[in-house]
Amino acid sequence: MRHLLDTEDLSRDHAVQILDTAQEMSAVGEREVKKLPALRGRTVVNLFFEDSTRTRISFEAAAKRLSADVINFTAKGSSVSKGESLKDTAQTLEAMSADAVVIRHWASGAPARLANSGWIDAAVINAGDGTHAHPTQALLDAFTMRSHWSKLSGIPSVGADLKGMRIIIAGDVLHSRVARSNVWLLRTLGAHVTLVAPPTLLPVGVEHWPCKVSYDLDATLEAGVDAIMMLRVQAERMKASFFPSTREYARRWGFDDARLATLDRLNLKDTIIMHPGPMNRGLEISSAAADSVRSTVLAQVRNGVSVRMAVLYLLLAGEIRDPQPNSKQNPTAPATAMPAKDNS
Amino acid sequence: MSSARYLIRSASILGGERADILIQGGIITALGEDLGNEVIGDATVIDARTLIALPGMVDLHTHLREPGREDAETVESGTRAAALGGFTAVHAMANSSPVADTAGVVEQVYSLGRESGWVDVRPVGAVTVGLAGKQLAELGAMADSRARVRVFSDDGICVSDPVMMRRALEYVKAFDGVIAQHAQEPRLTEGAQMNEGKVSAVLGLAGWPAVAEESIIARDVLLAQHVDSRLHVCHVSTAGSVEIIRWAKERGINVTAEVTPHHLLLTEELVRSYNPVYKVNPPLRADSDVQALRKALADGTIDIVGTDHAPHPSEAKECEWAAAAMGMTGLETALSVVQETMIETGLMSWADFARVTSTTPAKIGRVVDQGRPLNVGEPANIVLVDPAARRAVDQTLMATKGRNSPFAGMELPGKVVATFFHGHPTVLDGRLNTPRRLQGATQTGGN
Amino acid sequence: MNSPSTPSEDAPFNAEPVIVSRVVLTAADIDRALTRIAYEILEANKGSANLLLLGIPRRGYPLAQRLANKLAATDPSIDAAAIVGQLDVTMFRDDLAHQPTRAPQRTRVPVSGIDNKVIVLVDDVLYSGRTIRAALDALVDLGRPQAVRLAVLVDRGHRELPIRADHVGKNLPTSSTEKVRVRLAEIDGPTVRDEVVIEAGI
Repeated sequence: MRHLLDTEDLSRDHAVQILDTAQEMSAVGEREVKKLPALRGRTVVNLFFEDSTRTRISFEAAAKRLSADVINFTAKGSSVSKGESLKDTAQTLEAMSADAVVIRHWASGAPARLANSGWIDAAVINAGDGTHAHPTQALLDAFTMRSHWSKLSGIPSVGADLKGMRIIIAGDVLHSRVARSNVWLLRTLGAHVTLVAPPTLLPVGVEHWPCKVSYDLDATLEAGVDAIMMLRVQAERMKASFFPSTREYARRWGFDDARLATLDRLNLKDTIIMHPGPMNRGLEISSAAADSVRSTVLAQVRNGVSVRMAVLYLLLAGEIRDPQPNSKQNPTAPATAMPAKDNS
Repeated sequence: MSSARYLIRSASILGGERADILIQGGIITALGEDLGNEVIGDATVIDARTLIALPGMVDLHTHLREPGREDAETVESGTRAAALGGFTAVHAMANSSPVADTAGVVEQVYSLGRESGWVDVRPVGAVTVGLAGKQLAELGAMADSRARVRVFSDDGICVSDPVMMRRALEYVKAFDGVIAQHAQEPRLTEGAQMNEGKVSAVLGLAGWPAVAEESIIARDVLLAQHVDSRLHVCHVSTAGSVEIIRWAKERGINVTAEVTPHHLLLTEELVRSYNPVYKVNPPLRADSDVQALRKALADGTIDIVGTDHAPHPSEAKECEWAAAAMGMTGLETALSVVQETMIETGLMSWADFARVTSTTPAKIGRVVDQGRPLNVGEPANIVLVDPAARRAVDQTLMATKGRNSPFAGMELPGKVVATFFHGHPTVLDGRLNTPRRLQGATQTGGN
Repeated sequence: MNSPSTPSEDAPFNAEPVIVSRVVLTAADIDRALTRIAYEILEANKGSANLLLLGIPRRGYPLAQRLANKLAATDPSIDAAAIVGQLDVTMFRDDLAHQPTRAPQRTRVPVSGIDNKVIVLVDDVLYSGRTIRAALDALVDLGRPQAVRLAVLVDRGHRELPIRADHVGKNLPTSSTEKVRVRLAEIDGPTVRDEVVIEAGI
């Protein structure tokens, strides 16, 4: 593995390796010395073109626990907002010898562009791009589900996948990179996913995805479920007529108190409720649901650091890549044709 | 007029029978098997025994960028590219800066074309002032200018207001003009990045639905019928659009349609790379659309190939997909792509090729001395093609300033060996020769 | 670093069909060596108080378990399971950047922790000493033991750091081109015979 851009091409073995490594990393957070020397001397750049304090500090904590040096580069207030191109920014980071670039970007595909353009030699980790992908979020969600699933089944989680788990992902699928990355990863791990959303918030083409699609949350709950992931819905979507009102949305597609009671009525005592955060309480999730014992919201945050440590470790701890002999001496050499996406 | 004489020896005329073509004074003066020495005289002989002779190609859809974006392309660089691509006439789209919405701007572009001397440059006039869609541009003044504009288009932007479109269609009847519509419903394509469907759903790029193109075409053919005027549909890209145009033609509506080379070959699957060289308006569509477009071009539902040559400076493409400019270069690859998609597949003959790349576009644009048959007495606008050649497209070797060729690295058939522009070889041995120089400082219009 | 510090791990570099190999310890030899080491540990520690055996993955851990069982056999007050742990040193290696990425192994320390314990690190082969250096670093992050000792099944020489073992199953003079392979049923599978083999290098 050279970069982590998406979960779509992640093999089952790679995914399980990341989750297993994250499991070892999680033990570090419980020790007195919460630090490992594995990435000493390596530089990780957090390149954020879009605000996300939560994701940034999670990556920062992960990199620091592995003893890497962390540079935070935020588009706001830097030369990026003055019109510096992604290419120039990338080459600046390359000149600073970044070993990994954690990139968050408003444009779908920006991490792929960074990884495949030849502008930079660093490992690229996608920390969320537009409405495309958010692979570390999907991995931490899967990690959270796997812990729960193995506790229920009594099977040790190391080496295990999510075979047979029934998962609902509900909300604004159309604009959700979290939903997309989860659909690919959970499929790879053997889970059964059902997307629940208003038809306006499902992308045209969703019928080709490896999951079921429903417009009816209650009917989907009745069919039985092991984990429910509620997606953030922005109230502004109402203005673009994706739904008539926040009230109607909450009633039809929100996880409210009545649906929380439904889980008890259906005797689904082990079903967990997940949310990638930040939550809109009262819109897609009620406070009672968010704060219930079923909620894994805080566990997800905690697991985020472990998963990101695992990803940084697996991408960076290996062999130092040979410097490209021509890239420094011969800056005028034509960029080589775009290399194929390297997932080896 | 040039008095140089050229003999094209034994070329296959439109891919058929072989004949010698003698060119003198800008026209074809003799045509026949084994022209004798008494006819040939001191003519320069071009051995065309392996070549096909076609009428010089006419592009109804070229962005030359001048005035205003000379960093992207100039009339000089764009027309060099055109000559190398086998063209003898191009229509320069109106979305320059300033917009070609007055007689002054179209005459400037026209003059630049004449000075360059590589091909005929026919300016396209804007339909509305500043392409803003609010007020009709002075279409009559442009028609009456030295540039004699006949094609009007806000290309890049759709004339979306139905009343504005109706008025424009009606008004150009006064001087036999045509409205070339960029069919794109603006509200349905706000922020759109790529074809809406299977791939956009995965890539998380805002979708560009086929219906945004098809709904405008449907409206416009009905308007054209209602006011009995001429409509030309630019760069048709969907199977649904083809169906609507087919329906309109069956009803006798005066509509013509165009397809770009890239929409005949490339699909949305390429967008998976997020490489903005594949970002174009209208977007690359699905394979089923590509197949429908090929079929429509072959059966005449789509009348012509227009390149929509849209050069951009490299910084406009060296960025995130969403931030990148839309457009692809096409002049220097059009012939090869059409050969690859239409001729190698057996869908069309070289005579059909001449129809869709020369005869019909010249007719739509009312260019009287282009797109003519290869007969004695006709203007010598001729391109010689080696159909057996194969080449890897190298965008760095092109004459256009744009490096945004989506075909870069692809191996394609066909090579333009020579281009004769009014009897003057602008291209010889596959390389630029010299431009055609007009006699005298003032020129009173060669067409 | 070209020579891996735990040469018993992973696949051979040159899987030549013809490899000259020679068994230097049989299953019985290994068992005898471990029995002796167990006694030595008790003697050095003056009993079993405060003892904690930490095996270094992968083959150090089963060796630590075997030693703990032997200690328990001599002293019924010892609960073998309570005095064995595993100490992963992957993250502390000095050659991480020069090797393909290794998946970290679990570190398991008994609930009693390591503070003020007498730790016996257990590994299969002592070679450059770099693994033990990494283990000492890993230990520091877990707490402050009273003392740290080292027990190895085989010491093959060629030290690159000032480290020596307190308890050695067998000293084995080797050439640096040779490879020492330790096979243990717990790791290599129940059908594999316990043995230590020297393979000649090319």
